[in-house]
Amino acid sequence: MTSDAVALSERRQGKFGDKYFAGRPQQVLLRNWLTFKSSAWIAVVSGFFEPVLYLLSFGYGIGELVGNISTSTGNISYAAYIAPGLLATSAMNGAMIDSTWNVFFKLNESRLYKAMLATSLGPLDVALGEIAWALMRGGLYATAFTLVLAGLGLVTSWWALLAVPAAIIVAFGFASFGMAITSYMKSHHQMNFFEIFLLPMFLFSGAFYPLTVFPGWAQAIIKALPLGQGIELVTKAMAGDFGIHLLVNVTYFIVMICVGLYFTTKRLNALFMR
Amino acid sequence: MTEPLIRARGLTKTYGDFIAVDGIDFDVAKGESFGFLGPNGAGKSTTMRIIGATSVRTSGTLTILGKDPEVNGPQIRAHLGVVPQQDNLDSELTVSENIFIYGRYFGLSSSFINKKIPELLEFAQLEEKKYTKVEALSGGMKRRLTIARSLVSEPDILMLDEPTTGLDPQARHILWDRLFRLKEQGVTLLITTHYMDEAEQLCDRLIVMDKGKIMAEDSPAKLIKDYSTKEVLEVRFGSERNQEMVEILRPLAQRIEVLPDRILLYAEDGEQLLEQIAAKGIHPNTSLVRRSSLEDVFLRLTGRTLVE
Ligand SMILES: Nc1ncnc2c1ncn2[C@@H]1O[C@H](COP(=O)(O)OP(=O)(O)O)[C@@H](O)[C@H]1O
Ligand SMILES: [Mg+2]
Repeated sequence: MTSDAVALSERRQGKFGDKYFAGRPQQVLLRNWLTFKSSAWIAVVSGFFEPVLYLLSFGYGIGELVGNISTSTGNISYAAYIAPGLLATSAMNGAMIDSTWNVFFKLNESRLYKAMLATSLGPLDVALGEIAWALMRGGLYATAFTLVLAGLGLVTSWWALLAVPAAIIVAFGFASFGMAITSYMKSHHQMNFFEIFLLPMFLFSGAFYPLTVFPGWAQAIIKALPLGQGIELVTKAMAGDFGIHLLVNVTYFIVMICVGLYFTTKRLNALFMR
Repeated sequence: MTEPLIRARGLTKTYGDFIAVDGIDFDVAKGESFGFLGPNGAGKSTTMRIIGATSVRTSGTLTILGKDPEVNGPQIRAHLGVVPQQDNLDSELTVSENIFIYGRYFGLSSSFINKKIPELLEFAQLEEKKYTKVEALSGGMKRRLTIARSLVSEPDILMLDEPTTGLDPQARHILWDRLFRLKEQGVTLLITTHYMDEAEQLCDRLIVMDKGKIMAEDSPAKLIKDYSTKEVLEVRFGSERNQEMVEILRPLAQRIEVLPDRILLYAEDGEQLLEQIAAKGIHPNTSLVRRSSLEDVFLRLTGRTLVE
């Protein structure tokens, strides 16, 4: 007599990628939900406040000094000017927390993935599940932040609703890339790489001031970095500006997602299946 | 004879230049309780991981239920219950959540798993700990939970890597009892151990491994019969005199082994040998007659003891 577990697994046998994918990433999500319910939500709430604090202190503090800003879409307050950048940043931060430090812990200390991969799950299930969880956190932050913006009267058009899907794409890209890089990290020491990289990327991203203050070559680099792309994507989506540029931004993130997933799966396989 | 459940031929695993498993052959039949006995570093865990389709062999062939783990890893893993050497329970979850989510990893339905949970908790004697976080469990409880968890998918083959290492004697006996029950239900057991009493208790058949190679293969009783005498007389003279006594005693016993603290004399009748020695006017500080064990088999095969 075959057990249910065997029957389920044999259903996928011979299908594309059956060595790596059992079609059950949602069970990895479920596992995270179970732990989240019981403990982790405090940490999640605290992570949400960071961009809100930036918005309040910089938006209204420095906003007092700089007054209104003229942009392609008109004359707007400084707080409204920095809102899309902070939104993209909050999506990034939400995604990075789960996909970097939390993943590092699960990879190295808790042996969680080892247990998962001893079942009929495959490494792609684990990668997709973890990345989806991280992006949900990013998406949650972005949604909450959009609500804060609306509450503060910084949202002027219905296009602002597009901030949420745009932020989810950004979060997906960062989660996928973050997990891929984390899976190659060997020590806590190396994990500091993320901070070294993320903080300057944030400060020079153009979230707080127009990139035109930089020379052309520097602008090009900043725009090519993931956060630069993310801010562009969110800004344009919120402004309802659907040019070819938006397509470029979205494609950028789709590539980021696919590359991240590919390397995460490959690395998990190398770590736990060798 | 029917096709074996597991068949390995020339199974080899290398890490760089180091050969962890060195071309081993074995068959495991359905319903059998099969053991891997050997000291630390013998290659037992590596062999288990290869069978468990979580490690790729370097060379040789391996079929499990007619499938190759390299090709059908997830399908093979669906048949297996795995109890690794180090527990990898989900420490952030409770006892019953651990079983629940593990079943979900196999794709089992919530209703199926929820029906199984009480039965598995009873099996592991953890009913009272149902809502306890795993962190708060004792070592023995964690081990039992790991075994219970591995059974949620109703595996055909249960693989236990050193199931009782680090447990106190009482916890070990509880575990052995649980494993006997599973065997009665027809589950094929693969067990690694470096405890000879565990191997004798649990295994129908076993291979003795050392440095990645198989030194011998048979039932525990047959191995003892083939590689040792019925009884062993252990004598101690104190560290200085041991060496000088060896030469005097050697002609009296069928075989002699010298350990740092004692001399082992192999004979069919230990008491009789002790009398013979006494008749020669030799009186050891202490003496002990016991049955031969797998420890003696290992000593004979490798010249070393299993547990240092
Ligand atoms: N991932 C690995 N990389 C390098 N060497 C390993 C690895 N896993 C095991 N070994 C080595 O292979 C040998 C056999 O290990 P193992 O199978 O764990 O032995 P046992 O379980 O019998 O104690 C040991 O010498 C060990 O150090
Ligand atoms: Mg081992």
